Amino acid sequence: MTGRWHHLAMGTLVSLLVVFAVAWLSERPAWQSLPEDVALIRLSFTQSGVRNCRARTEEELAALARNMRQKQICDRRRAPVYVELDLNGTTVLARDLPPTGLSGSGPSRIYQRFELPAGDYDIALRLRDDPAMTGFTNTAERQITLEPAENLAIDYDAEAGGFIFH
Amino acid sequence: MTGLRTALRRGFDRAERALDQLFGADWNPLAHLGTIGWFLFWTVAITGIYLFVFFDTGVTAAYSSVEWLSQDHWWHAGVARSVHRYASDLMVLVMFTHLIREFAMDRYRGTRWFSWVTGVPVIWFVYLSGITGYWLVWDKLAQYVAVTTTELLDTLGIFGEPIARNFLAPDMLSGRFFTLMVFLHIAIPLLLLLLMWIHIQRITDARTRPPRGLAIILLVALVAGALAFPAPLQGAADLATVPQRIGIDWLLLSLYPVIESVPSGVIWAGVLVFTILLVGLPWLPPKSEGGAAQVFLDFCNGCGRCVADCPYTAITLEPRSDDAPFQFEVAVNSARCVACGICMGSCPSSSPFRRSGDLITGIDLPDYPLAELRAKVIDAAEALTGGAGSGRVLTLACGHGAGQGAAPGRVELPCVAMAPPAIFDYIISRGLADGVCIAGCAERDCQNRFGVEWTRQRIARERDPYLRARVPRERLLTVWAGVTEEKRLGRDIAAFSQRLAALPAFENIRPIADEEKAAVQKTTSRSAAE
Ligand code: HEM
Ligand code: SF4
Ligand code: SF4
Repeated sequence: MTGRWHHLAMGTLVSLLVVFAVAWLSERPAWQSLPEDVALIRLSFTQSGVRNCRARTEEELAALARNMRQKQICDRRRAPVYVELDLNGTTVLARDLPPTGLSGSGPSRIYQRFELPAGDYDIALRLRDDPAMTGFTNTAERQITLEPAENLAIDYDAEAGGFIFH
Repeated sequence: MTGLRTALRRGFDRAERALDQLFGADWNPLAHLGTIGWFLFWTVAITGIYLFVFFDTGVTAAYSSVEWLSQDHWWHAGVARSVHRYASDLMVLVMFTHLIREFAMDRYRGTRWFSWVTGVPVIWFVYLSGITGYWLVWDKLAQYVAVTTTELLDTLGIFGEPIARNFLAPDMLSGRFFTLMVFLHIAIPLLLLLLMWIHIQRITDARTRPPRGLAIILLVALVAGALAFPAPLQGAADLATVPQRIGIDWLLLSLYPVIESVPSGVIWAGVLVFTILLVGLPWLPPKSEGGAAQVFLDFCNGCGRCVADCPYTAITLEPRSDDAPFQFEVAVNSARCVACGICMGSCPSSSPFRRSGDLITGIDLPDYPLAELRAKVIDAAEALTGGAGSGRVLTLACGHGAGQGAAPGRVELPCVAMAPPAIFDYIISRGLADGVCIAGCAERDCQNRFGVEWTRQRIARERDPYLRARVPRERLLTVWAGVTEEKRLGRDIAAFSQRLAALPAFENIRPIADEEKAAVQKTTSRSAAE
């Protein structure tokens, strides 16, 4: 039986060392996901581009059942949404966001991270959901101060008046 | 691949020998990785259920509930939390060691592919269980895990709305998404349990419980670890900031730094390639096992001993199909048979003494039949030097232990339990040698699971077929030794030989007649030619 006590003691000792090592590894060494002085801007929104529509001709309307006689006929496919982001006057993002869905009938989406050194920024955003128009559907300009580790989220909601800073 | 396997195998053997000293062979943790995995699973499950009593499943209160149970209730709920975490971590360690060890022991190919392939999804479910668990704490680490995971998942493009948007800003945090995580952290471990159960379906009486002593040792170590290093909390999650420096669990979350450092395509491709390679490993290259055991109904009385002894559930008892006056017969499922020969050793018909006709038994290996074993034994006996009584030792060696490889006076077997006890009797009573050494693999974990155990019990007359009482036990030596213990085997055999030489001459020898010997050798040369 002394053999078994020896095994209990030694086995526990070895197992303890393994558990301690595991406990250590479950927390250390720390991982630097972002440098200390960096902040994050995340631009993410969902916005539908316009559809390409035209008026139906008289003949086309006549050919339709009475309750189906809508004046306009639209493509299923939506237009891409165009978005731009300037930081301190430099354009860091200028992109056509294609519509989603197999036939392109879904909204355009973006989720984009920008890792930036903390500090002051002039930030300008422009969005156009109709390629036919000149200029932009919505714009926003702000002066912001990013603290280290700050997480600034920028969303867009046409109904709420455009860009939203969280 | 073979070189790598051999090197790993020898490495394991050395490490296991050291642990034999510390834990004892029967508690050796490296020989119990499967059972420890199960033990850890239940430990995690029970502590998890206990934690749920104190845990608030709402995203706003989750963190404070974990903080409260870790501080105000540190002595029970806090300990449960730490044990829950460290047992999960250990599971990763144990799982990969088990994987490498099964590879090293070449138990992943051939008909054993099933255990290997069903082990692969287990890996991912262990990780997924851990990841969803870290999510629930809703501290800075959880926030980091949530954002990194959802950003990675979004690169698949299968979710309409990017799910990372759930963590964009504090006012966008969705309680529903958190509830989904709580659900997943219960559902995924349940699926893991199902997978672990499937994993052991082709194993007879799979060991899922460690020996009690080892279980106590593990539990004590886990609780002591939990008391010494309570699992920390890294401050409540705050979506208005990004976690910059986080304490990461390098066992369960080691992929996260990689996810951040390489493009998502590389991650997905890596996961896919790793999984496919691992699943395909049993065929890279496949193992050429001997043919599956065959039943010879004329010599089978349906006693069912082979069914009980087969380690891989390959034999089943069936209703008798011929007119013999027995109720049962047996059938071998060749897709499960690893050709270990243990069934041949268990069959009461496996008697090398039989002289009339060909030596056929109830169940036999087509590529290594009993007749060939007997012929090899006779050949090996002829190679022994010295006359009767000089201490001649004939060795029946397991091909996976210290006795692997050809040597004079040695007959190699896929498993020592393939030798029916009658053959020990035969060797000694026919004067083929002065004694028999049964050189099996290391006793802590038999290559074929039950070979060591069955051999021991048969010799001790505790399990059918019994070794006949007339066999003098001092002329039998059993050595259990792993691949790196050739020297010890040699020493043990030499000492045994000396003891045999000192014994009074064995009286009851009935030597094999020359014509019998010739007949035996003829049948083998025929079966070898076939
Ligand atoms: C935590 C996860 C796992 C647990 C709890 C576990 C458990 C077990 C158990 C209990 C056995 C039966 C051992 C016996 O009774 O002799 C076994 C066998 C086996 N496991 Fe696992 N296992 C796990 C993961 C894996 C993984 C990831 C692989 C490889 C991909 C794997 C490959 C094997 C193989 C090849 C065998 C068969 C051994 C033989 O044929 O004798 N296991 N496992
Ligand atoms: S050779 Fe081994 S695995 Fe095959 S049936 Fe016999 S005991 Fe089972
Ligand atoms: S041990 Fe032999 S006799 Fe018994 S069932 Fe199996 S094959 Fe038949």
